[in-house]
Amino acid sequence: MAASTNGKTFKVIGTRPIRHDGLEKVTGRAKYGADYSLPDMLHGKMLRSPYAHARIKSIKIDKALALPGVKAIITGADLPTLPDEMATGGEGPVNLAHLSENLLARDKVLYDGHAVAAVAATNAHIAEEAVRLIEVDYEVLPPVMTVEDAMKPGAAILNPKLRNKEEGDKETNIASHLQFKRGEVDEGFKSADYVIEREFKTAMVHQGYIEPHNGVAIFGSDGHSTIWCSTQGSFAVRALSAAVAGVPESNIKVVPAEIGGGFGGKLTVYLEPIALFLSKKTGKPVKMIMSRGDVLKATGPTSGSTIRCKIGCTKDGKLVAAKIWMAYEAGAYPGSPVGAGAMTIIAPYNIPHMIIDAYDVLVNRPKTAAYRAPGATNAAMASETIIDELADKCGIDPIQFRLLNAAQEGTAQTAGPPYKKIGYVETLEALKNSPHYKSKLEGPNRGRGIATGFWFNIGMNSSAIVHLNGDGTASVVIGSVDVGGTRAAQAMVTAEVLGIRAEDVRPLVADTDSIGYNDVTGGSRTAVTTGAAVFAAAEDAVRQLKERAAKLWEKKPEEIAYADGVLTTAGDPSKKLTIKEMAKQFARTGGPITGRGSVNLRTVGPSFAATCVDVEVDPDTAKVKILRATCVQDVGKALHPSYVEGQMQGGTAQGIGWALNEEYVYDDRGNLRNFGLLDYRMPTCLDLPELETVIVEVPAPGHPIGSRGVGEVSIVSPPAAVANAIAHATGIRMVVLPMSPPRLMKAMHNKRNGTETQAAAAGR
Amino acid sequence: MHAINYENPTTVDHAVKLMAAHGEKARALSGGSDLIIQMRAGVRRPAYVVDLKNIPELRKISFSLQHGLRLGAAVPAIELHENADMRRYYPGLTEAAHLIGSLQIQSRASVGGNLCNGSPAADTIPALIAVGAKCRVVGPKGERIVAVEDFCTAPGRTVLQPDELLVEFQIPGPAPHSSDAYQRFIPRNEMDIAVVGVGAAITLDLADDRCTAARIALAAVGPTPIFAKEASATLIGKKLDAATIEKAAQAAIAASSPIDDMRGTAEFRRHIVGVLTKRVVTVAAERARVSSSR
Amino acid sequence: MAKKTVVETTLNGETVEFLCEPRECLLEVLRDELELTGSKEGCLTGDCGACTVIVDGRSACSCLMLAVEAQGKKIETIEGLAGPNGLHVLQQKFLEHAALQCGICTPGFLMSAKALLDRNPSPTEPEIRYALAGNLCRCTGYDKIVRAVTDAAKTLASGARAA
Repeated sequence: MAASTNGKTFKVIGTRPIRHDGLEKVTGRAKYGADYSLPDMLHGKMLRSPYAHARIKSIKIDKALALPGVKAIITGADLPTLPDEMATGGEGPVNLAHLSENLLARDKVLYDGHAVAAVAATNAHIAEEAVRLIEVDYEVLPPVMTVEDAMKPGAAILNPKLRNKEEGDKETNIASHLQFKRGEVDEGFKSADYVIEREFKTAMVHQGYIEPHNGVAIFGSDGHSTIWCSTQGSFAVRALSAAVAGVPESNIKVVPAEIGGGFGGKLTVYLEPIALFLSKKTGKPVKMIMSRGDVLKATGPTSGSTIRCKIGCTKDGKLVAAKIWMAYEAGAYPGSPVGAGAMTIIAPYNIPHMIIDAYDVLVNRPKTAAYRAPGATNAAMASETIIDELADKCGIDPIQFRLLNAAQEGTAQTAGPPYKKIGYVETLEALKNSPHYKSKLEGPNRGRGIATGFWFNIGMNSSAIVHLNGDGTASVVIGSVDVGGTRAAQAMVTAEVLGIRAEDVRPLVADTDSIGYNDVTGGSRTAVTTGAAVFAAAEDAVRQLKERAAKLWEKKPEEIAYADGVLTTAGDPSKKLTIKEMAKQFARTGGPITGRGSVNLRTVGPSFAATCVDVEVDPDTAKVKILRATCVQDVGKALHPSYVEGQMQGGTAQGIGWALNEEYVYDDRGNLRNFGLLDYRMPTCLDLPELETVIVEVPAPGHPIGSRGVGEVSIVSPPAAVANAIAHATGIRMVVLPMSPPRLMKAMHNKRNGTETQAAAAGR
Repeated sequence: MHAINYENPTTVDHAVKLMAAHGEKARALSGGSDLIIQMRAGVRRPAYVVDLKNIPELRKISFSLQHGLRLGAAVPAIELHENADMRRYYPGLTEAAHLIGSLQIQSRASVGGNLCNGSPAADTIPALIAVGAKCRVVGPKGERIVAVEDFCTAPGRTVLQPDELLVEFQIPGPAPHSSDAYQRFIPRNEMDIAVVGVGAAITLDLADDRCTAARIALAAVGPTPIFAKEASATLIGKKLDAATIEKAAQAAIAASSPIDDMRGTAEFRRHIVGVLTKRVVTVAAERARVSSSR
Repeated sequence: MAKKTVVETTLNGETVEFLCEPRECLLEVLRDELELTGSKEGCLTGDCGACTVIVDGRSACSCLMLAVEAQGKKIETIEGLAGPNGLHVLQQKFLEHAALQCGICTPGFLMSAKALLDRNPSPTEPEIRYALAGNLCRCTGYDKIVRAVTDAAKTLASGARAA
């Protein structure tokens, strides 16, 4: 079905073929990282700290080593010491010393679950039993669990070497302070008729991928190693494993297995370098799988945060000023997404005066990692609920309010150049016209809420190769791991350019030896950037096809046309070859055809999304039922609409979980109480309704297909949308996430008793 | 996991002999949905695991109006839901069993295991208390009968001695115009452990619509499941109007001693005890009105 | 340490014998001993359903069953879902409806859905959602999964052969 966008008509892009890797996945034959095994393989397990903050005084491994079946035990002291400086990593720069210390503690443990030792044994049960026999002597230190506690004078210090620019040579838990400014914010507030200021607290949450981390590593005696693992970035695994294990990067081949979910949490390494190091030590392959408890305790959830947000507008609904203070939990090492939070919090709006202060704060929790539009969801909870409240105060419909202030092409961004062509207005219009928004919501205890979200999307590097086969079909080889439809989408891009059917393209995700450098599958970059690389590779193949035809027909390549899989030349209708026919001539005309594409996209089109949610709140139990939910998103150009819808629905579901029930619960000793999927409560099938989607297509300028990033932005707005819906159902403005029944109940009680204060509204 | 020995007796006698021989070193295995998790976590490390599922006596459901219900301790929860007599005559106990975990869990987890695990939050226990269930416990020295409300002594602890087995539940036949109900509050819609659970069984005299018997029990609001005797007593001899049910709800709240934990606050739990008691008594009474057990 | 036991069971219609330690769960034996890696490990606590198999006609978490308990039972795993003539209707519908993204939960969902449809061939949407509540998916939000199961039920009800 041909679809037209921005003057471009597509034959394959925009259709819904069955995905190429579908058969393997529905039959259980697809191999994920934990499905790999090698002969004579050992199993590795980690010993982890039971304390949130402690000095390691000694580690005794002799009893554990003596257990029959144990082949090696390592601690942090065995790993090479890495420089305390930034290097290229997953989605951005990585501090290698911090990374290595996170994987195996050196002198201190900094969170409940911080790894202290690793055991390799002949089976997993023996390895686990050996772990229990390792004796560690700890000097327990006071844990610092919240940003407020960490920022207080006299707080226990996690890293005595940490300094930030402002505090000079003072020991601190504040890793950095960013500030963004525009105009004169105090002047701005003077012109506001309504000002709303609230303090928000959002809990730490986890990406919740169903597949725990894994890795199988074999260190060859010739120095060449192979790692199989489930990762979002095989090149990142190669670089980081090399650094941590002290093995030359070019000696490692990383074979990306299928991946059972990542959402940003599998852009770094936890097990792979340890497995590699153990393999080096034992001379055997080593397999490691993380338990679910360790996944929750010791991988990379995203930051909990405190955000003080003050926004003002005129009574006509014009936003005039915003003053924001935000502190995000970095976890044990610097690197929260507070910067991204600051850059997205008011990104959808044209606000002349603003100041944003953003703090990255160390706390005795696991080192945070990216989670789908990292930092933006926390921020949107604050800004989108205040904006909703301002709209209510002005008596203006919430969509209309946003349209009045909407960022458009040329609007200044919080940081960086003004927006190019963006689709925020179109997204809002599509929301306004959606069946959901147009429907009436009736009944007691019910409310509707909307919210919008922004995400930059990244470009970075991708490479691709397109081979033309002798029968007129093609293969496309990419380095981007397929988290959910990538193979199908890239096969479709290839098919589009080659003028053949998607079914006639065979996609392959290659290992690090077989394809040029690729940055990670994350940052909403894959459809766009790998798509651009594939597009370029396919065009390169077409260029060569034209050269071959030119040779055959004794013409110049510029005189050859290629459309819908057919080569022709102007002025001579007798000269016509299908790609299938041309393929039979490859050998005669110069050999097989391989097209190459390698791109590094500096700028890509950012995305906007909107969520509309209808809720019903049980007045006796404060349980929130999601009656209806819709996600509207501008994707530029949807490659495979079913998988685009899937991304939108997935982000919406995660956002609803974040809104209602997901949170890390630590006790006052700093131990994680809910380290299992029983009490880390993600939505089940029974907790969600049908998830409606509306795809908006405002093509991204400068991209061959017009695609924008798809994967992330849908998670940004749901918590605020749910909060706004609850406000319309109950009159209560919640300022915490999650809005779990005990908190909402408390707020409802306080309201009924007339004792609503800021704190009471928060339900704290 | 630590190394274990697996025993698979097919008679109660053999099972008891094994439990007596190994004492604290043995643990009974029913559905495994508690024990296997505990063994993996290192919380329980029995050297011997005694599988009870191949003992026919522990797998039986036998019901007659006269003699009531004998429910084998190792009957998987799902079988209650699949049994027409259970659904009809003990809908509360049946719905409690149908709330445990997921269908995958219900196909394995047993009501007996639910009780013997001794969690104050177990869903079936208030429902068992409400219907007046008694436990037939067998040991090397013989048998004893223990009321379900006396079975749990502390979180994770029961009156069961290391050499004893819970063989079956004995539940009286339903009196005319009586029925039961169970509801729990969880933050999601399935899979969660109860934040609060309330079971109630009501018998009515339809002539004047008065309650002649009532038993209310609570889960997850104390160190053990709670038989709310006073709350039950407030209903007896009365018409179950809103005021009476409210009194029972207040008495149930007074009987509870919840804590703050990661599943809920004490304040929230107390409130929910009141809400659920009202709902469950109302449903049980409705069912009692329409039930035609004779 | 206990010696290994021989266990005889019926697996996807075939009689199978395997050797295992008592402490190994069925999931481990399927994956490591029998090399049937289609059933997945997600949590080992029965909270995610990625390891779902069918035991004597009922869905069960294979992580919460000791392998020795499989003795004499009839076990069905994802590897046995497709028939000699092709995919099961459920598998086909999952593909058509794009009811999978990363695919790690898919085998578990397919087995839970099969157990449901084998007992209740015309489930309502709430019944489908209840039956699948023990299977977690983090990628899809369940929407397309429920559509696929609904469509599969309709197709089977119209007389199509399952596999």
